[in-house]
Amino acid sequence: MSIFWVSLLITSALVFIIRFAGYLVPEKYLTNPTALRINTLIPIALLSALVAVQSFTDKASIIIDQRMAGLGVAVIALLLKAPFPVVVISAAATSAAIFHLG
Amino acid sequence: MNRATATQSLSVSLTVGAYGLAFGAASVAAGFSVLQSCLISLLTFSGASQFALVGVIGAGGSVVSAVTTASLLGIRNMLYGLRLAPVIKAKGVKKILAAQVTIDESTGVALSQERLGQREMRQGFWLTGVGVYLFWNLFTLVGALSAQAMGNPAAWGLDAAVPAAFLGLLWPRMQNNRDRALAVCAALLALLLTPYVAAGVPIISTAVLAVLFGLRGRR
Repeated sequence: MSIFWVSLLITSALVFIIRFAGYLVPEKYLTNPTALRINTLIPIALLSALVAVQSFTDKASIIIDQRMAGLGVAVIALLLKAPFPVVVISAAATSAAIFHLG
Repeated sequence: MNRATATQSLSVSLTVGAYGLAFGAASVAAGFSVLQSCLISLLTFSGASQFALVGVIGAGGSVVSAVTTASLLGIRNMLYGLRLAPVIKAKGVKKILAAQVTIDESTGVALSQERLGQREMRQGFWLTGVGVYLFWNLFTLVGALSAQAMGNPAAWGLDAAVPAAFLGLLWPRMQNNRDRALAVCAALLALLLTPYVAAGVPIISTAVLAVLFGLRGRR
């Protein structure tokens, strides 16, 4: 089986088991404030790392290309409180324009 | 049926559909087939986890780092379940369905109905959960088919659309300066590690930063 099928199936199974556990475990076991705080911080760290890796790397090297301009436009759109589709499309349009000019 | 709840559920479902479009496109750009992309949305059904899975695999990461990153992002769904279980009171198959549609949006709408009572909370939960499920999967298919028709992702700016979509997921989570500092540190750590460790590892290792920041906040 390819890496795609394996990762798809394992991720789906684990994500389901994790969320189903929430319906089985009594609430009192997960009210530690530090654990709750860490739980809200984990997505921030992982998502930020994903943004950086997807914007500034290619395989094992750090590179700056048209994606940086797209990301910059996305930041501006978010600062202006633009809705999600506007953020994504403006980033894509900027990056594509530079790709074709370059 | 409470009309305000229904309106809220529908608007949330439609908005999330747009993320589904971005996911379908990102998934195909990462090398997953259209069928695989649709199965991820049907089976995993958790935006951040799905984006992480295709993001790590797309960057050449291993199955282990992709699965671990996606699972860590899914832990909050368990906390939602803990909070919702006493309200939803589902049993048997219905409990499985409730777990599957326990996401940021269905939880958010359910909790926002709290002052109206448990019946409204349940309505909000199911309407939003099922509504988002339908739109998310429909738009994943559309996004995947479009990306497949595009050819080179960079020519359409898809290479920048994917990180922009991640940023859109991240943005509302950053509530204060500690959150922003964590985001900056995580981005820098991931970039610093990239030349030296296997793909995917730079992303998952930033979970350590989240733990450190979380422990420090206690004082």
